[in-house]
Amino acid sequence: MGLEEKAGNLGFVTTTLENVVNWSRTRAMWPLLSGLACCAIEMMAAQSAHYDMSRFGMELMRASPRQSDLLIVAGRVTNKMAPVLRRLYDQMPAPKWVLSMGDCASNGGVFNNYAIIQGVDEVLPVDVYVAGCPPRPEALIHGILVLYDKVQQEGITEWA
Amino acid sequence: MGNNLQKAAEIIQEKYNGEINSFRDQITLLLSKDSIVEVCQILRDDFSFGVLVDETVVDYWRRKEPRFQIVYQLHSRQHDERIFLRTPVSDDDPFTSSVVSIYPNANWYEREIWDLFGIRFEGHPDLRRILLPKGYQGHPLRKDVPIKVEETRFTFNNDELARGKPLAKE
Repeated sequence: MGLEEKAGNLGFVTTTLENVVNWSRTRAMWPLLSGLACCAIEMMAAQSAHYDMSRFGMELMRASPRQSDLLIVAGRVTNKMAPVLRRLYDQMPAPKWVLSMGDCASNGGVFNNYAIIQGVDEVLPVDVYVAGCPPRPEALIHGILVLYDKVQQEGITEWA
Repeated sequence: MGNNLQKAAEIIQEKYNGEINSFRDQITLLLSKDSIVEVCQILRDDFSFGVLVDETVVDYWRRKEPRFQIVYQLHSRQHDERIFLRTPVSDDDPFTSSVVSIYPNANWYEREIWDLFGIRFEGHPDLRRILLPKGYQGHPLRKDVPIKVEETRFTFNNDELARGKPLAKE
């Protein structure tokens, strides 16, 4: 029971502002071109022709954090890399999201030692965790779709 | 075994009271740490061992006394021969002499040894950490450093351990 039903076909649709802004955000979410370890290989596979992440609005990886919306943490985060990653995250303009790809980024994985941060959520606020060692490209794409659902649920008060 | 290598080993053993270990034509000389610089000098200048292939250290914690052994691998391109030197270093105040003045590429090897095992090199021009981040405490490749930094989380203790974990803010 929208306005268009009462007024006839006037050539427009009604929706909420939240819906349309969130829709536009999810349809062109550009990830940052950053890979830390072997998960990056799967990320590249997800980008390339066979799995083709651009079907979901990720046309290209941006090499500059200033132009990207999503940080895919693909691989284990070393103690030395963590400040660099945090800096990249801080350089990204809002709205921005973080996807922790694989076991190592999510909780340290098999690397329970002095060199590796036990979960990237100690340095970055993570939105979606993708399990796997490494996750298959389908799993990464599923994680991204879950992130889209999350973004689509965001209210106007949560917008950055 | 080459003539050059045999001769070098004999002379070093005689002059510096080194202990020769031979295994399948591979010669290892066990030397005291006071003589290592001179031995390297002689091997480089008189026996053409011009390449320091690797310099590393073994931690024999609870297995041998003194605890550390620094290993030098030298190679002679002229004769295609290799010789191995070992110097024991004790645990309390571990230090030895730097061979940077003879083999300049020892610079980074010795920095790595300092970084991961905490053995000082007297006479090193720039002894600071090379792999670990600035401000890191300790020397993590020593055998007495615990391997795990965090308790492994299973279903039964996940909630308890996750509560103590610091999470990043926006």
